[in-house]
Amino acid sequence: MIRYIFTRIGYMMITLFIIILLSFLLMKALPGSPFNDERLPETQKELLYKKYGLDKPVPVQFGIYLSNLVQGDLGVSFVFDNRPVTKIIQERIGASAILGFQAVFVGTIIGLLLGIVAALKHNTIIDYGATVLAVLGISIPSFVFAGFLQYWVGVKLGWLPIAFWNGFEYSILPTIALAVGVVATIARFTRIEMLEVLNQEYILTAQSKGLSNSYIITKHGIRNALIPIITIIGPLTVNTITGSLVIEKIFSIPGLGEQFVNSIITNDYQLIMGTTIFYAVLFVSVILIIDILYGFIDPRIRVAGGE
Amino acid sequence: MKTILEVKNLSVSFNTYSGEVQAVRNVSFDLYEGETLAIVGESGSGKSVTSKSLLRLNPRETTMIKNGQIFYHHKNILDYSEQQMRGLRGAEISMIFQDPMTALNPTMTIGSQIAESIKKHTSLRGMQIIERVIELLQLVGIKEADKRYKQYPHQFSGGMRQRIVIAMALACEPRIIIADEPTTALDVSIQAQILELLKNIQKKMNLSIIFITHDLGVVAKMADRVAVMYAGKIVEIGLVDEIFYHCQHPYTQGLLAAMPNPDIDSESLYAIPGTPPNLLQPPVGDAFAARNKQALKIDFLEEPPMFKISDTHYAATWLLHKQAPPLLPVHQQLAQEKQKEREEKPLFDTNNPFLSLKEVKQYFKLGKNTINKAIDGITFDIYKGEIFGLVGESGCGKSTTGRSIIGLNTITDGTIQIDGQSIYDAQTKQEKLAFHRKVQMIFQDPYSSLNPRMKIADIIGEGLAIHGVPKSEWKTNIYELLDIVGLTKEYANRYPHELSGGQRQRIGIARALAVEPELIIADEPISALDVSIQAQIVNLLKKLQKERGLTYLFIAHDLSMVKYISNRIGVMHRGKIVELAESQELYDHPIHPYTKSLLSAIPLPDPKLERERQRIIFDEVKYNANDRANEKFIEVRPGHFVMLTEDELMQYHQTSAKGILL
Repeated sequence: MIRYIFTRIGYMMITLFIIILLSFLLMKALPGSPFNDERLPETQKELLYKKYGLDKPVPVQFGIYLSNLVQGDLGVSFVFDNRPVTKIIQERIGASAILGFQAVFVGTIIGLLLGIVAALKHNTIIDYGATVLAVLGISIPSFVFAGFLQYWVGVKLGWLPIAFWNGFEYSILPTIALAVGVVATIARFTRIEMLEVLNQEYILTAQSKGLSNSYIITKHGIRNALIPIITIIGPLTVNTITGSLVIEKIFSIPGLGEQFVNSIITNDYQLIMGTTIFYAVLFVSVILIIDILYGFIDPRIRVAGGE
Repeated sequence: MKTILEVKNLSVSFNTYSGEVQAVRNVSFDLYEGETLAIVGESGSGKSVTSKSLLRLNPRETTMIKNGQIFYHHKNILDYSEQQMRGLRGAEISMIFQDPMTALNPTMTIGSQIAESIKKHTSLRGMQIIERVIELLQLVGIKEADKRYKQYPHQFSGGMRQRIVIAMALACEPRIIIADEPTTALDVSIQAQILELLKNIQKKMNLSIIFITHDLGVVAKMADRVAVMYAGKIVEIGLVDEIFYHCQHPYTQGLLAAMPNPDIDSESLYAIPGTPPNLLQPPVGDAFAARNKQALKIDFLEEPPMFKISDTHYAATWLLHKQAPPLLPVHQQLAQEKQKEREEKPLFDTNNPFLSLKEVKQYFKLGKNTINKAIDGITFDIYKGEIFGLVGESGCGKSTTGRSIIGLNTITDGTIQIDGQSIYDAQTKQEKLAFHRKVQMIFQDPYSSLNPRMKIADIIGEGLAIHGVPKSEWKTNIYELLDIVGLTKEYANRYPHELSGGQRQRIGIARALAVEPELIIADEPISALDVSIQAQIVNLLKKLQKERGLTYLFIAHDLSMVKYISNRIGVMHRGKIVELAESQELYDHPIHPYTKSLLSAIPLPDPKLERERQRIIFDEVKYNANDRANEKFIEVRPGHFVMLTEDELMQYHQTSAKGILL
C-alpha cells in the first residue's frame, strides 16, 4: 500500500511538472507584459524587466521559477505592491473554499436523494422529472442561473444580498448557483448506479430473505451504488472550487477565482502561475486521496492493494 | 405424503413495451414434504417466473398475476399483504439463485449477510447469532468457519460462495427451498459437491426442494418428481422414472433425445427444430406443435388437456387421446436408426498434423514475484479434419490455449505450428492476414460477441472485406453463408438483438466461415445455449467438419457434449494436459485420477444409473504428494497418453496385468 502511494506521488509530480511547464510557456506566448502602461517610459520598463528577471531567456526564467517553487516561493505579484503570491492565495482561498465546499456538500446530498428517488421510482413521472431537472442543471451555465437568482431572489424579492462577502447569508445565493451543477451531475450518476445495483442478484437474494425494502435499499443498495460515485465526487469538488471563479466574479466575492480572473486581465505572471499550480496540486491530491479512500470502501480493492 | 405447497391454475404475465408477455399460463402442481420437485425447461419456458411467484419476487411494477392460487399450509399467499409475505420469505420458503458470484453483496461480510435473516425472523441476538452463523457455515462444509465468517464474498471461490448462499437460505430452517439453477454456473466437480450437499441437508432437515434446471442429468440425480415446462405451461409431470423412461409428451421426448448420453455411441444428435414460441402471442393449441414433426392436426387447433397416465404421471398431449394414432416416440426412433447409421471411424493424416503444439508455456506475470502458469508445457497435435476436444474446469488453461493459438497472447515458451509453419513466422501484414484467414474463433457468449449496432450482413461482411472479396459478390456470399448455417437470407438485414441465442451463435459461425478458415477454435460455443439449441449447433459444427473438412479445437467443460463431438479429447488440469486419447477410449478407460473424477461427476440423464453411481473424488493433496516433478506424458495404450510418474505407471501396469482396470 505504501509503495502504491509513493508511486502515485511520483506520477503526481510528473503531472504537476508538465502542467507548470505548459502554463509557463503558454503565458510567455501571450502578447503583452505586466508593465503595459503606456505612460511608463521605455527605460523604466527595462529597469522593471531587469528587476523581475523578465529580460532573461525563457528557459532561464523557467529554471529560476522552478528553483524558487521547490523552496515554496511562488514569487511576488507584479501588480499588488510586491506582495508574495503565497500570501495572496492564503488570503483569498478562504471564501472560495467555503463556497466550494458548501456547494459540494449541499449538491451531493440533494443529488444523491434525487438520484436514489429517481431510481426507486424508475420509469414513473418522478423519475422523468428528476431526469429533466438533471439535464437542465447540467446544460444551463451556472452564471445564467446566478443572474436569475440575483434578479428574482435578490432584487425582486429582496430576501438575500446579491453581492459581497459579509457572512453566511451572503454565501447562500452563490452556493445555490454553484450547487446546481453538482446536484445535476451527482443525481444523474446516482440514478444510473442505483438502477444497476437494484438489478443485481444480491438485491433479489436480500428480498428472498424477507428483509424490508427500506433496509435493502440502505444496506445493500446505496453502499454499493456509492462506490463509483465517490470517484466523481473528488474531481467534482475541485471543479466546483475552481469553477467558482465566474460565480465569484458575478457576486463580487473576494475569492481566489475572482483574483485569478483579475490576474489574467492584468498579465500578473506570478499570480497566474501561482494560482494555476495551486489548483493543479489541489486536483491531483484530491484524486489520490479518493483512490486511497476507494480501497477502504470497497473490500475487494482493499485486499488486492494490501497484499 | 403431506402436501406442503399447492399451486392452482397460476397465470403470470409481464407488461413490456411490446405488449403482454404471458410467461406462465395456467400452471398447477403440488409439492410434498421432503421431496424434490424438478422443474425443467428452456429459457423463456416460465420456470423461473413460476418459482419466483411462489415468493412473489417478480418485479412488482411489471408483473400481473392474472389468475390462480398458491396455497402454503392451506393459506393462499397471493392474498397475503407485503408484510405477511416478508414473514414468509427466508423463514418458511427461501431461495438459492443461479450465480453465486452475483448473489452475494460484495461490500458486506458473509457473516452479516447470513445474520440478516436470522435477525429478522428469530429471537436470537448478539453472540447467539454469530454462533448460529458459524454453525450454518459448518453445516454447508466451510472450514474454519469461526474465522471466515468475517470475510467478504470475493475471498471465496465460486463453489464456496454457493455454499454460503445455501447457508443463507437455511438460516431460519425453512420448510421449502427453491433452487433456481443453483449449479449452472459451476464446474462439474463442484456441481457434484453442491448437489450432494443439498441432498444431505434435505435428508437432515426434511426439506422440500423445488429444483429449477435445464440440465436433465442434474434432474436425474436430484429429483423425486419432474415437471416439464414449455411455453409457460407444464406439459408433463410425473415421478422421475416415469419422465425418463415413459415420457409421453413429444417435447419431453425431444429433450431427452437431444442430450448426448456418454454411454451411447451415436453419430448425430437429435435436435428439436425451431425455437420456442413468442409468448407475446402464445400459439393456439399445443404450443409445441410448430416444432413437432409428427404433430397431429388437432395440435394446431385445440389445447390438449392433462391426460392421466398413472396416479403420479400426467401429460398434456393429444397423443394420449384414445383416438390418437400410435406413434413411435422420437427417442425410440433414434435408437433404431442409430443401429443402422453407425459409420466407420474417420482416418486422419497423423504424420502431418494441421496444428501442432510443442511444450507450449504461457505464463502471466501477476505481481513482482507471482507468476500465473496458465499453460505449463503442453504438447498435442490436431490432424486435418479432426475435432479435438479440450476439457477441464474453469481456470485450467483451456481457453488460454485457444487464445494463444490464435495469437491473442504471445507464448512464453515452446512452438505452435499451423500447417507446418510457426504462427510467429508471419511478419508482413499480408502474411499475418493469411494466417488469420486460416484460423477463426467462435466465442462462448453469442450475446456479447456480436456488435449490437451492426446488421447481420455487415457482421459477416467484415470477414469478406478482409478476405478481399469484391463488394459486388458480398450479397451472394452472405446469403450462401447464412444458408450454410441454416438461416434464411431475411436475417441479413436484421440486428443481433432480433435473434435468439441459437441464431446468434449461428451468425458467429457464419462470420468465422466467411474467410474460409481451415481451423476453427470454438471456445465453449454451446454453453450459453439451451439444450435443444445446443444439439442444433453441435450438429451444424459436425456437418461442417464433414462437408468442408474443417478442423476444430473444441473447448468446453461439458464433457458429455465434448465426448459426443470430438474425435480425440485432451483433459487439462492446472495448465497441463493430463490425459489424451480418442474420445471413446477416454470414456471407457480413463486412467488419470483427475479424468476419472471428472467423468464420475457428470450427471447422467438416467435416474437409475445415477442412483447406483459412485462419485470418484480427486484427492489433490495425495496427487501432489507423488513425485510430480518427474511426471511424464506416457503412451499407456495405443494413442492414449497419460501424465504419470514412474510409481504411478508401475502401479498401473501391475493392476492392468491382473486384469483389473483402475
